[in-house]
Amino acid sequence: MSVRTLPLLFLNLGGEMLYILDQRLRAQNIPGDKARKVLHDIISTMFNRKFMEELFKPQDLYSKKALRTVYDRLAHASIMRLNQASMDKLYDLMTMAFKHQVLLCPRPKDVLLVTFNHLDAIKGFIQDSPAILHQVEEIFRQLTEVKCFFLLCLWQTYGGLSAGEFQLIRQTLLTFFQDLHIRVSLFLKDKVQNSNGRFVLPVSGPVPWGTEVPGLIRMFDSKGKEVKKVEFKHGGNYVTAPKEGSFELYGDRVLKLGTNMYSMNRPVETHMSGASKNLAPRTQENIAPNPLAKEELNFLARLMGGMEIKKPSGPEPGFRLNLFTTDEEEEQAALTRPEELSYEVINIQATQDQQRNEELARIMGELEVTDQPRQSASKGDDLLAMMDGL
Amino acid sequence: MFRRERSIPLRGSAAALCNNLSVLQLPSRNLTHFGVVHGPSAQLVSAAPEGVPLAQRQLHAKEGAGVSPPLITQVHWCVLPFRVLLVLTSHRGIQMYESDGSVMVYWHALDSGDASPVQAVFARGIAASGHFICVGTWSGRILVFDIPAKGPNIVLSEELAGHQTPVTDIATEPAQGQDCVADMVTADDSGLLCVWRSGPEFKLLTRIPGFGVPCPSVQLWHGTVAAGYGDGQVRLYEAGTGTLHVQISAHARAICALDLASEAGKLLSAAEDTFVHIWKLSRSPESGYTEVEHCHGECVPDTQVCGARFCDPSGSSFAVTGYDLAEILRFSSV
Repeated sequence: MSVRTLPLLFLNLGGEMLYILDQRLRAQNIPGDKARKVLHDIISTMFNRKFMEELFKPQDLYSKKALRTVYDRLAHASIMRLNQASMDKLYDLMTMAFKHQVLLCPRPKDVLLVTFNHLDAIKGFIQDSPAILHQVEEIFRQLTEVKCFFLLCLWQTYGGLSAGEFQLIRQTLLTFFQDLHIRVSLFLKDKVQNSNGRFVLPVSGPVPWGTEVPGLIRMFDSKGKEVKKVEFKHGGNYVTAPKEGSFELYGDRVLKLGTNMYSMNRPVETHMSGASKNLAPRTQENIAPNPLAKEELNFLARLMGGMEIKKPSGPEPGFRLNLFTTDEEEEQAALTRPEELSYEVINIQATQDQQRNEELARIMGELEVTDQPRQSASKGDDLLAMMDGL
Repeated sequence: MFRRERSIPLRGSAAALCNNLSVLQLPSRNLTHFGVVHGPSAQLVSAAPEGVPLAQRQLHAKEGAGVSPPLITQVHWCVLPFRVLLVLTSHRGIQMYESDGSVMVYWHALDSGDASPVQAVFARGIAASGHFICVGTWSGRILVFDIPAKGPNIVLSEELAGHQTPVTDIATEPAQGQDCVADMVTADDSGLLCVWRSGPEFKLLTRIPGFGVPCPSVQLWHGTVAAGYGDGQVRLYEAGTGTLHVQISAHARAICALDLASEAGKLLSAAEDTFVHIWKLSRSPESGYTEVEHCHGECVPDTQVCGARFCDPSGSSFAVTGYDLAEILRFSSV
């Protein structure tokens, strides 16, 4: 599979996370300055240089579980706290949204346009803070001097890729999302998802840029002259693409995938489709001891070592965000989450000390990562508890 | 004109790959074998004519050096003069089994020596040509394996250079009896097609350049190359000269599979736009040029098709797989 996929996966999922948090912060009436601080802290953590360096290294995608641990940490980068049920729901929404976007991309390289939509929106979240706005403006301004590390990484990694390489990236992303059919009520309402959890694939609308509207057979002689033209009924209802989306720093992306669909203040519920027999068994991931656990933990230790998480300090008191409409709903969701959809959260207290990270990874490697609830007393938990005290 | 028949359930959903369905028709035994890639495993299912599943087996990619679980890229039955082998390609190498998948008879590990760190290493593209099995690789090289009439004494006899980008698909047809006749075509991610003549040494006859999109699937019928492209086009070329004879705006998304019912001259195209189309190929008696007629279009609602094959030599039935779908859909003409 493509080793260039992780940055796209991470950035787009991060973008969806910010959309959802922004909507919930407003729905829960969190004061404006606190809400802004949360979003700013998360954004500045995501775009931290050291973190980006790790992210852009060529590597295979890690499991959904491993990646969720990174987002758990990211969501807690500020004064906000989330209970596990809310974090589960947040991750479900993020993954289903990006899965939908990847599936519906007209061309494989359009996943870059989706990424730009997320990045354009992230810039919108930081308008009001002079400090961080300057930082990001600086980034956008410095691009022309090719000093911008992040966007340079993006151009370097994806700027010269062929259509075939984008097709491989698309296949890698779809493999990551395979068998995920969580029903999202916003998608169901908008008829974007069917009640069996599968996304609607429209057979009408504009064709991808560079594709012709289907329905024509052209026959040529050996000199290349067209000798016959026959139309046939394709079955869809397609029209020509009006224009190509812009891959420039600024521009009309044309594609709407990746823009904020939560901007209307609508409550978002997820339905766990555990009862549906369409859920292919994920026994591989949950029951068999995972031989990759050690490698995943190494990756997590490296990646989160690059994340500068500021401890909540000063007079700013923290608060808890609820992804559900009431606390009772949140508790209920935690109790009724189907077994096969539970994410085992790997609790790593990563420090920025490289040697510590390696030792941590080595210690982690000796733990058998099994699907046990966090509360159970096991050797693993004792070690983790000890390390928390380091 | 076609109706949905009973689906065949799968243990695992189909992966989002191209050419992700292989069919082995065994009319003498009233059986059809189906092969589908799930991810790190592939599934083989045998079914009776009405689609009743009779037996199933899972095969896994052989672990090699490396930390990620090796993913399978393709599974395909190769019909040779004296035997049928099942070939499985992955990100580690090439595995060959007896046709029911019960015994692995050969393993070839890929050499990733000169790959850069950003390059994915894998084998993809499988076809039988006489007593050879040809397999494509990430580098563009085609590996030619000499297969004995029985036993595991399989030898890598040649490596063909012709492509610079990863191979996507290979198609062959029995040599038409004359010399210098093209009987194999290979395709790659850049859309380049290479036309070959098989033999103790394979010879490159023609190159048909791409135009900026991958060619995920290719077929060969009576000296005509049928190629499906990432922009939804199907193109037919004369194999010997590379001349373009037919251009079809067939699909609204990337084509993922082509299949041929050779006896009937029927071509099947399937794409990510959820459609499967059946075309009739013929040669005009006056001009000698290849002509195409559209026969049938089938929409598989909300399904990103990833594999499609005819299930009988006359092309009156076909099977389809889709990404995330844990069943093989079957259609037959009424």
